Formats: sequence, C-alpha cells, structure tokens
Amino acid sequence: MKWTRKHLLDIESLSADEITIVLDTARAFKAVGQRAIKKVPALRGKTIVNLFVEPSTRTRISFELAEQRLSADIINFSTEASSFKKGETLKDTALNLQALNADFIVIRHSASGAPHFLSRVLDAHVINAGDGAHEHPTQALLDTFTVRERKGKIAGLNVTILGDILYSRVARSNIWALTKLGAKVTLCGPSTLVPKTFEQMGCRVTYDVDEAIRDADIINLLRIQHERQRKTMFPSIGEYTQLFGLNKARLAKTKPDALVMHPGPINRGVEIDSEIADCDRSLILEQVTNGLAVRMAVLFLLNGGKGPQGVAGN
Amino acid sequence: MPETTVILDATAIQRALTRIAHEIAERNEVGDDVVLIGIPIGGDHLAARLAKVLAGIWNHAVPVGILDVNMHRDDLDQRAAPTIHPTVIPFDVTGKTVVLVDDVLFSGRTTRAAMDALNDFGRPKKIQLAVLIDRGHRDLPIRADFVGKNAPTALDEKISLRLTEAGAAQDEALLLKP
Repeated sequence: MKWTRKHLLDIESLSADEITIVLDTARAFKAVGQRAIKKVPALRGKTIVNLFVEPSTRTRISFELAEQRLSADIINFSTEASSFKKGETLKDTALNLQALNADFIVIRHSASGAPHFLSRVLDAHVINAGDGAHEHPTQALLDTFTVRERKGKIAGLNVTILGDILYSRVARSNIWALTKLGAKVTLCGPSTLVPKTFEQMGCRVTYDVDEAIRDADIINLLRIQHERQRKTMFPSIGEYTQLFGLNKARLAKTKPDALVMHPGPINRGVEIDSEIADCDRSLILEQVTNGLAVRMAVLFLLNGGKGPQGVAGN
Repeated sequence: MPETTVILDATAIQRALTRIAHEIAERNEVGDDVVLIGIPIGGDHLAARLAKVLAGIWNHAVPVGILDVNMHRDDLDQRAAPTIHPTVIPFDVTGKTVVLVDDVLFSGRTTRAAMDALNDFGRPKKIQLAVLIDRGHRDLPIRADFVGKNAPTALDEKISLRLTEAGAAQDEALLLKP
C-alpha cells in the first residue's frame, strides 16, 4: 500500500495501514538522525510555513528541525509577531502565505478544525500540529512509534491514559491511533475530566487509579490543561496529585515492565513524581527524539505526488 | 494481459554474477579495500551473492552494505512517496572502492541518487557500478562498469527481477510487455 494523502489533519480518518506506513517510514528517518550527516535533500526547494497561532515549544522546535533536516526552506510565524493582532483572519493570513508559494503549512491553533478549514481553502499541504482540544496527530504517531519500538507491537497492549482527558487533543489522537492498531485503552482521571462519553471511542473509563494502571503495559500521563479550563474542574492541585499523581508507591504496584510516557511539558510533583520522570522506565525524552523522526516521515510522505492510481487528497 | 518473456533464468543469473565478480576482481587487483553496497529492492540481494563469489576469489570476506536512495531521489514530488528500506552500512566507506550494485540500470537516476546518498557516509576513493541488467534509455551521463546482460527494451516495457531471497520460487528476470 502507498501513501496517497495530501494533508495530515487527524488520526480519526487514517486507517491502521496508513498509520503503519508512517511508523515504518519514521524508522528509516530515525536512522538518519544517527548518521554523521543528519540532513537529506528530500524536500529541497520546498517552502514550509510554521503557523503557530497558539504557543508551543516542543512541537514547533521538532517540526523546525525535521524540516531543516529534509532541506526545506522554512518560515516561522507566531501570534506575537503577526497581523492576527491587527485583526487579520486566519483565512487571509493563510492565503497571503500561499501567495508566497508555500508548499506546506504546519498549523497549531486553539480552534478545533482550523487545519481542516485551511485544507479546504489552500492548495498547500496542511499538517495539524494541534487544534484546540480536538487532535494532535503527530504526537499520537510519535507515541505509537515509541510504544511499538519498545514493546515490539501495539496490538494487545494495555495502555492507560491518565490525567486531563477532556481537554486533551493528545488523548483523543492517541485513543484513535491505539484502538485502530489493536491496543486496549483505559482512561483515568477526575470524573469531571474523564466523562463516560469517551467509552464511545472504544476505551474503558475508570476513576480508580491503582486499578487503571495495575495491568498497564504503558502509562501515558497528561498534564492538567489549565489554559483550556474555563472553570475549576477539581478542588486543588494538591488533591489531584494525591489521588492521581504517579509516584513511586503507585508505580511499584504495576507490572515491572510497564513504561511511563508523557507528551510534555511535564509538571514535576503534580501529575508525575520527579523521581519517576527521570527513572529508566520513563520514555519522556525518547518520545522527543522519536518525534523528530515521525515528523520527518510525515513531511516526506505528504510530499509525494499523486499515486500511480491517480488518487490524491483526503 | 501483458506478454512476459524470460530474459535471464536462474542459471544465467548465477553465471552473470560469477562473471561480474571475476571482472570486479580483475579491475581491483588488491581486493582489500573493495566494499559492495547494494541498492534495494534487488541490488541488496545481488550484492550479498557477489560478495560470496568474491570472497571465494580473494579468500577473505568482502564487506556488504545496503543503501536506500529514496531520500535522495529527484522525482519525490512527482510520484507516490516511495517505501523506504533500511540503510545498513556497517563500515566506513572513506578511502574504499565502493561497488554499487543494482538490479536494473535504466534512466540512471537511481545511480545518481545513490552517489549523492553515499556522500553522506564518507568519501570513497572510487565508486564503480555493477548491474545485472542494462536496459538502456539513460537520462543522465552514467554507465555501468560491470554488466550482467544488455537487454534492449522499449520505454513502456518493464523488467522484473525475482529472487529466491525475496520469496520467489526460482530466480528469473522477466521482460513485461504492456
């Protein structure tokens, strides 16, 4: 099977085979990162705009480096230094960028669906780098890549996602990717942040953290997204840490080969104990390394032209 | 239905590889610094076979690598993204005579990409090119140093090499007419 999509907007619309193509391609790009010369000419002459309308460090830097390692020319665009402040709409900003012959637009936006909207009005390839609480597809791809690399498979694994699920695009994208690839996903956190409606996505919801992580092969921790919560969702951070924070005592009651992940930024002492973030069961920094390879793979695949069957676009 | 002709059978393929191996040995008298690098899909298996024959001639093992050239192609935005195979070069190519091994030489673009890609791994003393089949129609000024068989073809024909390493029942090179 060949990759034929023009955009990467979400995981929901991808098939398990398409996710696997990205993961397989990312493996080759991870090897490129281990060479003396880490740059390949695959996107030479292409222009990529990183349109980050919502703050980001990790994802933006990872995309930038991925683009540079593929030899693309890049423009970085952030809210602080843009005409959004002067009242320009997203569509007009994007059309202006397209008028400069941008080939790719990587967009991070606080509004869900912003990348989908751009994909309809632009000719350029659009990559979703996180849209509101909707999806963060490259994060889910790098998480599944990391799991597959460490565990050798995805199907049949127990993955527990613990924390603020309601406001997390990382959770949504991960749930789609993991369930499509055959993992069993358990969600846990304060009941206000983990509504039962998530069971419709094919996962199990529980509010007992020790039970949630007991049989887990992977524990993926999520930060509390204070910036998206319009009202108080639980009494206090201290109580959250006590009830749901991953500490040594809790980790000791899990399977000995259970691994800990976190998409970052981590809040040490809140959702994760400092000691655990730095222990050898933590994959947090590996996720960052793999994110680069996965983003190179996504850019490389999207850059492909029409397939032999003439299929293109989403 | 496409018309299919066998242009090389299993015996002919092995005979061609044996002859290429002797030509490599003849061209590079001091065999110590010769390494083989195969281009997937096809060239990697042929490189391994050539190495076996060469080891018999020189009485020492010949290093073999695999080089995927897809990240260096010049037509990436004109076709579906290619499947990338692992690149494995477990030795330093600097100062070595690298014999690139490919199954079919056609436009020459794969060879150009391979030479570019190889640059990222070091500076070989020499690069030579060995191909099982040269089907003509070059787009670039590239020619092979060692050729198993020259097979004149029409542009719309295809050559398919099937090897037992890749799961085929028997080795054969087929010419497919549309």
